[in-house]
Amino acid sequence: MIHELPKLPYSADALTTAISAQTIDFHYGKHHQAYVNNLNNLIVGTPYENATLETIIKEAEGGIFNNGAQVWNHTFYFEAFSPNPQASPAGRLLRLIESDFGTLTEFKDKFNKAALSLFGSGWVWLSLNNQGHLEISQESNAGNPLRKGLKPLLTCDVWEHAYYLDYQNRRADYLPKFWEVVDWKVIADRLG
Amino acid sequence: MSFKLPSLQYDYKSLEPYIDAATMEIHHTKHHAAYTNNLNSAIEGTSIDLQPIEEILREVSKHSPVVRNNGGGYYNHNLYWEIMSPKGGGEPNGTLLKRIQADFGSFAEFKDKFSAAAASRFGSGWAWLVLRDNKLVIFSTPNQDNPLMDVAEVKGFPLLGLDVWEHAYYLKYQNRRPEYIQNFWNVISWDAVQHRFESAR
Repeated sequence: MIHELPKLPYSADALTTAISAQTIDFHYGKHHQAYVNNLNNLIVGTPYENATLETIIKEAEGGIFNNGAQVWNHTFYFEAFSPNPQASPAGRLLRLIESDFGTLTEFKDKFNKAALSLFGSGWVWLSLNNQGHLEISQESNAGNPLRKGLKPLLTCDVWEHAYYLDYQNRRADYLPKFWEVVDWKVIADRLG
Repeated sequence: MSFKLPSLQYDYKSLEPYIDAATMEIHHTKHHAAYTNNLNSAIEGTSIDLQPIEEILREVSKHSPVVRNNGGGYYNHNLYWEIMSPKGGGEPNGTLLKRIQADFGSFAEFKDKFSAAAASRFGSGWAWLVLRDNKLVIFSTPNQDNPLMDVAEVKGFPLLGLDVWEHAYYLKYQNRRPEYIQNFWNVISWDAVQHRFESAR
């Protein structure tokens, strides 16, 4: 199976209040594309040649895991953004957030703390666990909560390449801007 | 005692065109300064706040991850600034060159192996040339770990370190880490590396 870079669901300059077109061009056009290419090269002649990304994330190790998970993670990250986002959660998603974190603000604070304290490269996740509760987790490098049996709903990329051109060392300035472009309709659809 | 952010022995712009002034300034005054401040806050009033950084790192498994991350970040960046120079580049000579040839075959083979270690480190980290049991070895570590730490897979005395966190090169090279690695060879101060080699023996 040949993995392909999906088309970005908006133009590169659609999120400029939060993420510059230059960052999107490199992040999507170079980093994301490189993970796709690396994965396609690495899986040839391995048991993962025809595997889905989900199987690769759950079972593979080393370079195949790293590149496969990064393909999944980046698509998931970029697909949650919109130039005209639903600005806050509603319905069942909001009720879950409130029952598990208190308020939307408390949830965002906790998520931001996890994003700020993740040392090095990685991802912060909001996922649904087997007990039907939401949880926030940090994953280093290519880590993905699918590997632990969780259902991911939202992720924030805190590899420096996600924000360095726009915010340099100021990860704390990237986070509030990240929230401005998250489309909560996408997150609700993922919850199902 | 508290650790101090060292001054650089050269201007931020003096490693251009290989490393740009903006990267140097942010790297030194923001990233390195933050590691230094966070380390000082973490050890203030504890039993280790009088220890030299090398001793703290040697027993880093006894301390919190904050000490490991920021103590490593403090030491590693000190070393990184020390082993670069506007008058860098070229090849080592004397005893260090002989040791490189003995342990890697040739300077070119050493360079390839070190560059490969730096390029293949996934995520944030460092590539190292280390003296261990009087032999040179190349490997890489994640995040701000280093070969002085008791938690390191390969332990020894670091002679040369290359920062491959994206913050070290992203403003100029973006996704092109291999180009940054290639240009790093133009700014290595082999005098400084030789000095570390001699002090380690």
